[in-house]
Amino acid sequence: MSATLRGGACRAVPVFPATLALGVSFGVLAAPIIGGVAAVAMSAIVFAGGSQFAALGVLAGGGGALAATGAGLLMNARFLPMGFGFAPAFRGGRLWRAAQGQAIVDAGLVLARADDGTYDRNLLFGSTAVQFVAWVGGTAVGVLAGSALPDPDAFGIDAIFPAFYIALLGGELRDGRARIAALLAVGIVLAGASFLPPGVPVIAASAVALIGLIPGEDSGARKKKEETAR
Amino acid sequence: MTVWLTIALLTVGTFVIKGAGPAALGRHDLPRWALPVIALLPAVLLSALVAYDTFGGAEGFHVDAKLAGVGAALAAVALRAPMIVVLVAAAAVTALTRLVAA
Repeated sequence: MSATLRGGACRAVPVFPATLALGVSFGVLAAPIIGGVAAVAMSAIVFAGGSQFAALGVLAGGGGALAATGAGLLMNARFLPMGFGFAPAFRGGRLWRAAQGQAIVDAGLVLARADDGTYDRNLLFGSTAVQFVAWVGGTAVGVLAGSALPDPDAFGIDAIFPAFYIALLGGELRDGRARIAALLAVGIVLAGASFLPPGVPVIAASAVALIGLIPGEDSGARKKKEETAR
Repeated sequence: MTVWLTIALLTVGTFVIKGAGPAALGRHDLPRWALPVIALLPAVLLSALVAYDTFGGAEGFHVDAKLAGVGAALAAVALRAPMIVVLVAAAAVTALTRLVAA
């Protein structure tokens, strides 16, 4: 096992309990609606928590497969820009690169970044493997324990999603531009949450990253200036 | 049948969404102008997801006991607590708020 693969796995250890708890809550909620086998299969092959909860919500309300898929895919749309961000990290032909892209998860934004700020595929594979075990294992536990467990919301499990993202966000707001971008993104979500379809506020907010195009004294621009000075 | 069709469609769709960037870019590097945009994605997406999971969701904009838990998580992160403490604080404070409010 390569050192970076192991390094990625180690980085994911702190997120293991969070992913496990969310997996359990998905299993508990999903089993009565879609059945235990389907719940575990969904976690193993779709492997995208937000979209699974969204699709489950539609199915629980009696919606059809297309509506449920649409709701799920809207929650996953953020992985499109993320795919471009991670793309340079992958190796091989186009289809093989697309396959490697399946390892992209939210926590990878933080966990798979090397010291130089670029994404590393082995850090991504290692950290995602740990979360895969936690997510699928958690779903299975939720399915099996199911009715023995009380309502997950009574334990505040639903607060773990935002708390998980807050913990990941911790080190991301060091420079001024990132803070402004974060505030704008929150503003767009709050403004859009009341009238946009579920999932869409997050994609709309992702456009805020385009303020990176505004020339400014960020570290990248400074480095470029130093290069030209030489 | 609806369930398995949903799982199949969602699997294919997610594969395409996650794979599109890597397949489209192939062996090419990202253009230089895109680098600062990509560098802002973690801050933008993670904060959008925090806001969405706190106030949004399938029911549209709403405020509930989760907000207290999110406040606890923010405080824990500000105090540089480890992730597990952040999560337990958020869940515990949300559960307590629900218990008191009920």
